[in-house]
Amino acid sequence: MHAISQQLSPTIGCTGIDLLEADTFDLHCFQSLTGTKFFVVCEPGTLYMDVLLKLIYELYTDHVLKNPFYEMEMPIRCELFDLNLFQAVQKDRVALLGR
Amino acid sequence: MQFFGGSDISPSPPAPTASGNNAHMMYMFNRNGVCLFYREWNRPLWTLNAQQDHKLMFGLLFSLKSLTAKMDPTSAEKGNLGVPQLPGQGCSFHSFRTNTYKLSFMESPSGIKIILVTHPRTGDLREALKYIYNLYVDYVAKNPVYVPGTPIKSDLFNTNLDQYVRSIS
Repeated sequence: MHAISQQLSPTIGCTGIDLLEADTFDLHCFQSLTGTKFFVVCEPGTLYMDVLLKLIYELYTDHVLKNPFYEMEMPIRCELFDLNLFQAVQKDRVALLGR
Repeated sequence: MQFFGGSDISPSPPAPTASGNNAHMMYMFNRNGVCLFYREWNRPLWTLNAQQDHKLMFGLLFSLKSLTAKMDPTSAEKGNLGVPQLPGQGCSFHSFRTNTYKLSFMESPSGIKIILVTHPRTGDLREALKYIYNLYVDYVAKNPVYVPGTPIKSDLFNTNLDQYVRSIS
């Protein structure tokens, strides 16, 4: 679907869907230079999700890619990654959204 | 019409959202995937020929609708991906954005899909799409010589549509 949306673009230079807005949720997408896609599902109108996605990408490179025992293309089972991810989302909820 | 709060064409269209370029193009499909209407105002790039472009657009929308219905975190599980949904059933997306364009989508209860492609910083166009649907009802559906399911060739519809789209861009 990412590729199809690029083909339907009326101008050149389209890199695929960044944000999909539905009735009950929003879906944000971040595509790294290697083609790995990160998705976040959130409530409609949530701000700073692109910042969160960049943060998650940094966590991914630090805890998953630099892990010598992690095999590419396999499901991620790194505890540190899960822990930091959870903390990042919690911190996001408190600091950025004021909840 | 109860679906849209009871009025025909509202006397004042929704206020303009973003300034800048005009809308790029607009599609209208019926529930069977027939492209009833296509209009372009500003389209520098054509990747495929017209037929393939329409089919691809319809296919993309169908898949995205299935995806959003299935991915909805607020509803209970609803069958398999790819099962055709009735219009209005399940959660449906209303727009998506890329770095070069924003696509706004609306489906009426009768299955008429209206798609508007604009520049990426456009605001929420749901009210605008409802207004365009009202234009369709007045100039096309109420036309006694129009055969449903065939391409729309109404000058009045085209003129009013152009006028309205220019006012929201």
